[in-house]
Amino acid sequence: MDIGYLIEFFSNYTVRVVMCGAMILGITAGTLGSFALLRKQSLLGDAISHASLPGVCLAFLLTQSKSPLVLLLGAGISGWIGTLVISLVTENSRIKKDTALGIVLSVFFGFGLVLLTIVQKLPTATKAGLDKFLFGNAATLLREDVWTMGILSGIIFILLLAYWKEFKLIVFDKDYAKSMGLNVVFLDLLLNTLIVIAIVIGLQTVGVILMSAMLVAPAAAARQWTDRLGIMVVLSSLFGAISGVAGSITSSLMLKLPTGPTIVVYLSMFVIISLLFAPHRGMLWDVLRSYRHKKQLQRTTVLKNLLLFSEISTDPYHAHDVAALTAIGRGPLQKTMIGLSKKGYVRQSVPNKWALTEKGLNAAQKLTKEIEEQVNVITSD
Amino acid sequence: MSSHQIDILFLASLVGVTCALPGVFLILRRVALMSDAISHAILLGIVLAFFMVKSLSSPLLIVGAVLTGVLTVALTELLINTRKLKKDAAIGLVFPLLFSIGVILLSRFAGDVHLDTQCVLFGEIAFAPFNRLMIGNMDLGPQATWVVGGVLLINVTFISLFYKELKITTFDAGLAASLGFFPALINYIFTALVSVTAVGAFESVGSILVVALMIAPPAAAYLLTDRLFHMLLISAALGILSALGGYFMAQGLDASIAGSMATFSGIIFFLVFIFAPERGLMAKLIVRKYKKWDFASETLAVHLLQAEQAHAEENERVVKHMNEHMLWSDDYTSEAIVKGLKEGVLKKDGNKLSLTSYGREKAKNILSKE
Repeated sequence: MDIGYLIEFFSNYTVRVVMCGAMILGITAGTLGSFALLRKQSLLGDAISHASLPGVCLAFLLTQSKSPLVLLLGAGISGWIGTLVISLVTENSRIKKDTALGIVLSVFFGFGLVLLTIVQKLPTATKAGLDKFLFGNAATLLREDVWTMGILSGIIFILLLAYWKEFKLIVFDKDYAKSMGLNVVFLDLLLNTLIVIAIVIGLQTVGVILMSAMLVAPAAAARQWTDRLGIMVVLSSLFGAISGVAGSITSSLMLKLPTGPTIVVYLSMFVIISLLFAPHRGMLWDVLRSYRHKKQLQRTTVLKNLLLFSEISTDPYHAHDVAALTAIGRGPLQKTMIGLSKKGYVRQSVPNKWALTEKGLNAAQKLTKEIEEQVNVITSD
Repeated sequence: MSSHQIDILFLASLVGVTCALPGVFLILRRVALMSDAISHAILLGIVLAFFMVKSLSSPLLIVGAVLTGVLTVALTELLINTRKLKKDAAIGLVFPLLFSIGVILLSRFAGDVHLDTQCVLFGEIAFAPFNRLMIGNMDLGPQATWVVGGVLLINVTFISLFYKELKITTFDAGLAASLGFFPALINYIFTALVSVTAVGAFESVGSILVVALMIAPPAAAYLLTDRLFHMLLISAALGILSALGGYFMAQGLDASIAGSMATFSGIIFFLVFIFAPERGLMAKLIVRKYKKWDFASETLAVHLLQAEQAHAEENERVVKHMNEHMLWSDDYTSEAIVKGLKEGVLKKDGNKLSLTSYGREKAKNILSKE
């Protein structure tokens, strides 16, 4: 693949349409996904997206039209009915939420497949192409589709900005929001509706089966980098957009590569990298932090032990054998001693004999005092 | 009915029972969505095993599926244990990735063979009877029936052997651990069982509809009984019903059998949800209404008793003015009076209400409780 081919590829009309669509999808799904993740509704997206399949087929059966607006409207309505059924069942019976989600997800999807097989047996010529809603196919996106996606996501962003503060409040503290006199039921419903629209936007590109990952994964990755909602939303939509574009282009370039799964693989890479390397929350930082704590602990232990020795001998700066320190201490002592001597707390008079310096003595005394105070606080509670 | 139809009906019913049994424990353990995760993720195991042996009927496929099923649960738990993600997000991240890799491998490298993405989703129960198990010249019936039957046997054996262990780890994992029952071990064996079930049913009903057959019948049974053993039996029966109803629905509509089975299991669940005695929506509404009017007539009785004891003016008891005394709406008041008369708490003398002796006793009882 040479550069000329690449330039030609990116100036290609279809490719630009596909990239636009994937970007809109990534940004919208990433944004709404942040709210879904923080509201612990990650799997609601899974149920809604599966539940939207019968809507797509019914809309086609009723109107015989493949206009994206009609199909996506059908998808939205049936996804929305899915969320209503979930709350109806969980609020009026002892069925738990996960069971209700599972029932809606699989039964609606099953009904969708029934309708899909009926559609496929229709004699009309326009029937083809509905099955792209299963795994998504970015390459078949048309300009009309991208316009529809753009308008829908425009509506989402206007509502999101208008209700930003309220949404933030119901995500983090619903009870407080209620006590402030906010209409929590309405806001809940509105936010769920926006999530439904965000899912609908991605159906043609990613497909009903994997659309939920489009919501969860960028948000889960972004969550590792920040504790602020605004930054999380921006990062999440960025991750979503990059994965969406990368996935759509890869799948358009290669034969027999469905778009939805390809995007999910890219998204998962973001998640894995974020889980490992994100500052403060990443696992690498956990390892570093625990290494540092361990080193710190070893040093303070040695200092305390040296102080103990110096208190029982006449000369506080008397040197002691490493073996004696090892006997009451623990851990790789030699390394710890070198570390301490670099800080000027201890010095080595003859090989393997270590003594406190004046600085070290002061530090050790201060440390012991601090620890005693802490112990007093704890025991006096 | 042709022998082909009978083969399909029998296979569908077997699938229904086989899925419903582990489903009971899935919903009681509140891990219903693990079935969704496992049934998606096992695709990767099936595809990898298929590439190795180039055959769909090899037992190695089941081994691959079970390994990926257990891997899914292990990875999800690993993610939860890092405490960087909540449970639902962890589930929602692991299985889409495994499923995606499976679908990509399948579309790229196995496009021409028997296994394709359509069959992954729909299953091919309609074609199952063509694939016969032959020993020598003897026709032993459809191969899929034997596979699913084998899985059913495994499920029944496991559940009856470890009934006590499953029961105690399901209802009280803490107690189970303190009694030395290894809830974690039981959990992994159970996960393997769900994976085996999913792979057994996979060929017939596809990877997503397995979820419907695993969750919907047990959920309906959960609304009908409080006993684990009864729940298992009812679930199995509803599983068979879903399969049979789904088959005839598919015949009528000329549509996907697996999809119809899932739809029918949903219809059954919804009917049970509405009409179940005690726990159904209707029963609850009736009880709520009954209690409401019970309360209203009792309140009236107490009011009349207090009026009686205080020797209040006669107009305190006039039917027409009751709504003002009680601060109720007109409709509510007249309905409450009708209920009170019907239950023999009140009686009407001309235009005035008074208590019957039964009503007086009742009102006194209520007041003395306070």
